[in-house]
Amino acid sequence: MNDPNWNEVTGLVLILLGVLFDLFGCVGLVRLPDVYNRIQAATKCVVVGTTLILLGSMVWLASPQAVLKGLLCILFTLLTSSTAAHALARAAHLSGVELWKHSVVDRYAEDRRAAEREEGTA
Amino acid sequence: MLASEYFVPLLIVGLLLCCGFCLYRIANGPTAADRMVAIDILGTVVVGFVAIIAALSGKAYLLDVALVWALVAFIGTLALAKYLLGKELDE
Repeated sequence: MNDPNWNEVTGLVLILLGVLFDLFGCVGLVRLPDVYNRIQAATKCVVVGTTLILLGSMVWLASPQAVLKGLLCILFTLLTSSTAAHALARAAHLSGVELWKHSVVDRYAEDRRAAEREEGTA
Repeated sequence: MLASEYFVPLLIVGLLLCCGFCLYRIANGPTAADRMVAIDILGTVVVGFVAIIAALSGKAYLLDVALVWALVAFIGTLALAKYLLGKELDE
């Protein structure tokens, strides 16, 4: 009888989806034109991909300690990757990395100019 | 019957391709910020890699490695962002 182990099959499907997300995110990292585009594409795709991979290995292992550690790891990945991407984007903008030449809007620069003007008049 | 045996090379090759793309961006990113983003993404990909190794070998304690790796990569990225701003690390 070919009775599949459903923990393993479900985990494998989740891990495959996660690897696919990771791959698309890294293609975005190579193909997109400037730092800010690369940050947003790669971070979002890779965070979801890694979360799916961790979920898949939790389902595959299916033991209490694996579930606990997997949930902790998912929590930390979701929190820290987005924070790190925000810090990197802010640091890149403040250190004067140029936007792509076809970019249409830069709200952060507008805000900073407005704040400087207010400081000047006050 | 293990269906996973056919998919394991696919998983490994997919994640190695991810690492290769990140290394390409680290090697010839035009600015320093590009390289830092690629290092950050490479850290997150490695967390997924460790999780896959834990699932394939059936050893749950390997997930500890993923946990610690995620935290250390986060602190490293924050330090790199501070460096990019030109500040000292304790500001």
